[in-house]
Amino acid sequence: MSEIEKSELLDRFNYLSERESSDHLALNCPAEQLIEFCTVLRDEFQFDLLLDVTAIDWDVATPRFTGVYHFYSTVKQMYLRVASDCVDNIKPTLPSLVPLYSAADWHERETYDLMGIHYEGHPNLKRILMWDSYPYHPLRKDFPLAGIETPLPAEDVVEQTNLQVSAAPMMGGPFVSSGDGKMSQTEPKAKDESWNEEKGK
Amino acid sequence: MGEVKEVSVGDIGSRATEADPKLKAETMALNVGPSHPSTHGVLRLMMQLDGDLIKECEPVIGYLHRGDEKIAENMTYNQFIPYTDRLDYLAPLSNNVAYAMAVEKLANLEVPDRCQAIRVICCELARISSHLLGVGVYGMDAGSWTVFMYTFTEREKLYTLFEELTGARFTTSYTRIGGVARDIPDGWLGRVDTFCKGVLPILNQVDKMLTRNRIFMDRTVGIGVISKEKALSYGMTGPNLRAAGVDLDLRKDKPYLGYENYDFEVPIGLNGDCYDRYLMRAEEIKQSVGIIRQVIGSFPEGPYYAEDAKKIFAPPKDKILTSMEELIQNFMLVTEGPQMPKGEVYFEAENPKGSLGFYVVSKGGGVPYRMKIRGPSFCNLSILSELLPGHFLTDITVILGSLDFVMGECDR
Repeated sequence: MSEIEKSELLDRFNYLSERESSDHLALNCPAEQLIEFCTVLRDEFQFDLLLDVTAIDWDVATPRFTGVYHFYSTVKQMYLRVASDCVDNIKPTLPSLVPLYSAADWHERETYDLMGIHYEGHPNLKRILMWDSYPYHPLRKDFPLAGIETPLPAEDVVEQTNLQVSAAPMMGGPFVSSGDGKMSQTEPKAKDESWNEEKGK
Repeated sequence: MGEVKEVSVGDIGSRATEADPKLKAETMALNVGPSHPSTHGVLRLMMQLDGDLIKECEPVIGYLHRGDEKIAENMTYNQFIPYTDRLDYLAPLSNNVAYAMAVEKLANLEVPDRCQAIRVICCELARISSHLLGVGVYGMDAGSWTVFMYTFTEREKLYTLFEELTGARFTTSYTRIGGVARDIPDGWLGRVDTFCKGVLPILNQVDKMLTRNRIFMDRTVGIGVISKEKALSYGMTGPNLRAAGVDLDLRKDKPYLGYENYDFEVPIGLNGDCYDRYLMRAEEIKQSVGIIRQVIGSFPEGPYYAEDAKKIFAPPKDKILTSMEELIQNFMLVTEGPQMPKGEVYFEAENPKGSLGFYVVSKGGGVPYRMKIRGPSFCNLSILSELLPGHFLTDITVILGSLDFVMGECDR
């Protein structure tokens, strides 16, 4: 995005602020004004392609969740990143962009599924990658890499077999870390050491 | 004979009811997939049919979900490279390149010319490989088995080339952050050139078998029409978007890897129907062959990885074994991961299926804090619930074949 348009945007919408970014222009936009701003982006600034909707879990920080949108203009050949913080940490909510971009439909369902962001006004907000009765949001930072024991989605199978989805054995896996900090300090606890004569006992 | 009633064309069910009120039309639920040959993987379609006509369609995905993003957030940048093979597993080389370039963007690394040239050849060979399968399987879906036999033979030759270059036929894991795993073997470029010579006559054969084939045209022309506006709104990319008439090719619009130095055309469709999507792929193979020949013609000398990338992927093996400093460096790379600056980047590459994007958020250190993968097939498939209603059951295979998706990248 050219400098002129950037300053034009920042002047016109005083709620916007520039976001730190290592590549193209990124803007912070409050959740209440997101629909208004994206409508202007699409209709006046020709950002006609919504490439990606996602969210970041900042773990212990507040606000904990930030929704991130990537736009592209096929007319001007420009990228734009818009980020919007979720006010509520317990039930993070953002407005749905489905009325503006049909692409938002599946992307928002995915973000709801994996990150637990509720998109207000989404016509069909249900899980897309995990099964409907799955109780967790796996991409959250407090969800362990190995997974959590959960009932199988097929009730009739569970009734007869008592099987359930169990946490993955981390034996021999390449996983070395669970987030920030030194890897030696954040190694997953689930790592299986039974092969090791000293540690396995 | 009673009097003949005129009925409106279109809705078969209501037509039958109008003609004779005693015939009550009911919809039937039909489930296609997740394991069905025409769904090219594990896509499931839940449909309501009125006779042969699709009234509603709900795609169900997620059967191949492996949590790639969660995995990426728990391992070093280098360790994730093999996982990118499994995104679009029909063109693993181009995924490797896209991922490496996203991380290089974060690390602010420039790769040397020779490395770029190798990567361009990789990307274009991957595109040919993916499109050969796309066209072949599409022909098979439309009832022409022969096309598949021809294109798959060519893919086999490509896999031999991949094997020679990377050591693996399918899951290549060839790129490293800041370079590629190894230099090209002796005489490999010549063999790539031979392949290019061989694939063009095959394309002509395919052209003769499909392009003016009456049956193929009857099944594809005017079927599955996606308008320009719809394609953009659903975030489609790649050949599917270009078939709808939108001129978006990141190789031209946002040139990377020195694509601006090569002369090639980007085919654009007129109608956005299944036939156009076939033509797009057939033409793109020819353009890719052209690009590869240009790269071979001007293949630069020099190193195949960036000098300052040694701190990111690994020092040369002979140095690791003989020099103390390099040994320590290698040890740190394996245990702590390459040290990346703070920041967030989004990089997209024009892959065979569309724009494959990586959004990397780094807090510094050797592990990404958040990694989002934008799979083009995911976006291309989201249009199905709007595209399929109004078509006949037999059109499903053709429409799915023309969209040329791969579930590994859709479900991630």
